[in-house]
Amino acid sequence: MQASARLYTVVVLILFTGIGLILYKHLVLGFPLMPDEKKFVWTIEAKIDFQAYGEPVIVSLALPPKEPRLTFMEEDFASSDYGFSELSTDEGRRGQWSKRSAQGNQTAYYRLSVYENDKIAALQPSDAPKRPKKPELDEVFLTASMTLLDQVRARSANPEIFTRELIQTLNSPSPNQNQRLLRNDKAGEDYKTELILNLLALEGISARVVRGLFLEDGRRRQSLTNFVEIHDGEEWILFDQDTGKSGKPKNFLIWQRGGQSLLDVIGGKNSQVSFSIIKNVHSTRNLVVDSGMNTQAGLIDFSIYSLPIEQQNAFKMILLLPIGALVVVIMRILIGIRTSGTFMPILIALALIQTTLVTGIVIFLTVVSTGLMIRSYLSRLNLLLVARISAVIIVVITIIASISIISHKLGLSQALQVTFFPMIILAWTIERMSVLWEEDGPREVFIQGAGSLLTAIIAYLFMTNRTVEYLTFNFPELMLVNLALILILGQYTGYRLTELYRFHSMGKHHASDDR
Amino acid sequence: MLLTTVKRLKSMGIIGMNQRNFGLVARYNPRRLYPLVDDKLKTKRLAQAAGITVPKLLGTLHYQHDVKHLKEMLSAYNQFVIKPVKGSGGKGILVITEQDHNLYYKPSGDAVKLRHIERHVSNILSGLHSLGGKPDSVMIESLIQIDPVFEDYSYEGIPDLRVIVLKGYPIMAMLRLATHASDGRANLHQGAVGVGIDIGTGEALHAVQYGNPIYFHPDTRKPFSNLVVPHWNKLLALAAACYEMTGLGYLGVDIVLDRDQGPMIIELNARPGLSIQVANFAGLAPRVAAVEALEKTDPDPQSRVAFSQQQFAANRDIIRPRRRTRQAASTLILN
Repeated sequence: MQASARLYTVVVLILFTGIGLILYKHLVLGFPLMPDEKKFVWTIEAKIDFQAYGEPVIVSLALPPKEPRLTFMEEDFASSDYGFSELSTDEGRRGQWSKRSAQGNQTAYYRLSVYENDKIAALQPSDAPKRPKKPELDEVFLTASMTLLDQVRARSANPEIFTRELIQTLNSPSPNQNQRLLRNDKAGEDYKTELILNLLALEGISARVVRGLFLEDGRRRQSLTNFVEIHDGEEWILFDQDTGKSGKPKNFLIWQRGGQSLLDVIGGKNSQVSFSIIKNVHSTRNLVVDSGMNTQAGLIDFSIYSLPIEQQNAFKMILLLPIGALVVVIMRILIGIRTSGTFMPILIALALIQTTLVTGIVIFLTVVSTGLMIRSYLSRLNLLLVARISAVIIVVITIIASISIISHKLGLSQALQVTFFPMIILAWTIERMSVLWEEDGPREVFIQGAGSLLTAIIAYLFMTNRTVEYLTFNFPELMLVNLALILILGQYTGYRLTELYRFHSMGKHHASDDR
Repeated sequence: MLLTTVKRLKSMGIIGMNQRNFGLVARYNPRRLYPLVDDKLKTKRLAQAAGITVPKLLGTLHYQHDVKHLKEMLSAYNQFVIKPVKGSGGKGILVITEQDHNLYYKPSGDAVKLRHIERHVSNILSGLHSLGGKPDSVMIESLIQIDPVFEDYSYEGIPDLRVIVLKGYPIMAMLRLATHASDGRANLHQGAVGVGIDIGTGEALHAVQYGNPIYFHPDTRKPFSNLVVPHWNKLLALAAACYEMTGLGYLGVDIVLDRDQGPMIIELNARPGLSIQVANFAGLAPRVAAVEALEKTDPDPQSRVAFSQQQFAANRDIIRPRRRTRQAASTLILN
């Protein structure tokens, strides 16, 4: 049994390669396993307005950091007559627009399309925090701060809880005098951020400001929201400075980390930046393919996707053939259905795909039965085999042409699809069936004809299933799995389903013997 | 119940199609030996060289232009059989039992003209009946004369005996009888009767038509209970010798009994079917296992036959008494 051991090794190898590639594409490259998976793509536009003095202008805007969980589809820096460059600094990426001289109202745009991907990414080592500097505060303020910190510290166990408690206390709806002094309700959001950072610094906790954008469809003139991020010794934790909730909220795009300015304009005044947001729905698979092509991921770049669309469509069909072959193998080896010609059912199934099921079957039956009638006349003409089959081919073409013309005149456009049937194969089928009729009688013709049609219909149902179609085209590795299955089925030595009928009398007899 | 269970078939040792293809055909029959049996002319020459009796070859045709000599070739013979050299499953065989005034009579009594035979021959030459439609040759053989033993059991055709030979040991045998329903052919799925034959004695064991047990020939109404195949020992030895002749380990040997010349090999088959199990009401698996358990194949066909006869003889107690009780019951009712 060495041969079978070798075979199973090969099968296991093929199976693992196939499944491994599929998992790699799904988990690492982010290919969805179902065709209908959709993703939201956010398009964010930052609009920078300022008034120029007529001097050289430099505009510098913080750009959102590239994180592994996010895929940046497109970044666009549109501003007429401005030179643009992208800089990376310690504090993150910055975009810089520059012009020798500008006068009056100026506008610059930064547009970003981004979506959240499903890739599994290794956790990046978080950047180590700087030691917090003790802030310089006046005496009253410092005393109030220390009192507050003492209160909060008494209620907390670690930096994370401390920070949450601190933020909640500062935001409490009924502040005591101390809190009111610190919080200064007239001041804006930035003041609060500054306050929290100062208090955390007094406590010796490393913290920084995080500015980000809540993503909501159709919002215009949005500004960034401040969050506070602390380092608890191991990793950074993000806190909402209004509620004290930790963690990144859903649909929140982090734009900038650290205290650097969001926008710097040299040579202008009254500068401001505002954001507008649009949400689009895209098929996940298209997004992944595009991003794969852009980043030259080998598996995508050297795949069917790199072919022209027309060839891709041809492959869509070709990659379905193994599914048809698997159906034929199952029908013949496990079920034991007899078909006329081993793979003729697949060809019929392919034709059915083009014509739709019912039309296809009607056309097939019409062509074959008409062909059989004409063939029975031909058999009386005493022809040589090759000449006879050639004659049948011409007959088949004539039948097909007549069906097309008649149905067109009757206004049945579906029947025009008849040309998709493989004519030579049909001619051979007719020839075979007619010989079968003469030798084994109409019963055998019926059995084999019905078997072929049944197999073809089952293959058709599988091959037109949206999920199957999607999977075979986007995961050609499935062919390896298919191959492994066929190799295993090739080893099946058990009974076929039809043999349970074929030998049914044996069972009956046996039973009566027992009594 | 129209279906039986896997468990039941297993317990009876029935071999299925997949098991046959995988465990017997692929295992014992090297593909390079197939031409020896797929080409009936080669088989015939091999058999003659080995001293095995075969029907006499009257003539062969290889090319389409030979067809015009057909009338001339046939004129000398009153009875003959036309066969495709590479045909399978009895396809394309034309039997003529009488020739008279340019009319040829089939066993059914139908008369055909020479033109019909010419077209038949031409079809064979074009490969209509051969595997894969490859061009074929035609052979014309002498007609076999039915042995009187079988006269009561046959409708039109000549009964033939199928013996399954594994590694040279005959393991199962079946007599195939043409019926009116099978149109004179010996194909079981067309309605011919399959009669399981006891390897030990040559006696009929069990008979089926369309997979169901029967006790009388449907056309002649003769009971199978007293059917015994004559020359049994010689016949088995002939079948066993085909192993040395071809080298094929799993072989279906088709034998006919000629009134004058006794058993003759008419065809060998490298992929014999499985209906023989239904006709014998027994599975092949235990017998295959018994032969496979032998350390080596005995070089002498005669001693192999002796082994088989002793090993695979039917256990009479199972089938015969049951039948007798049924007959006894019917006589009781009649009385």
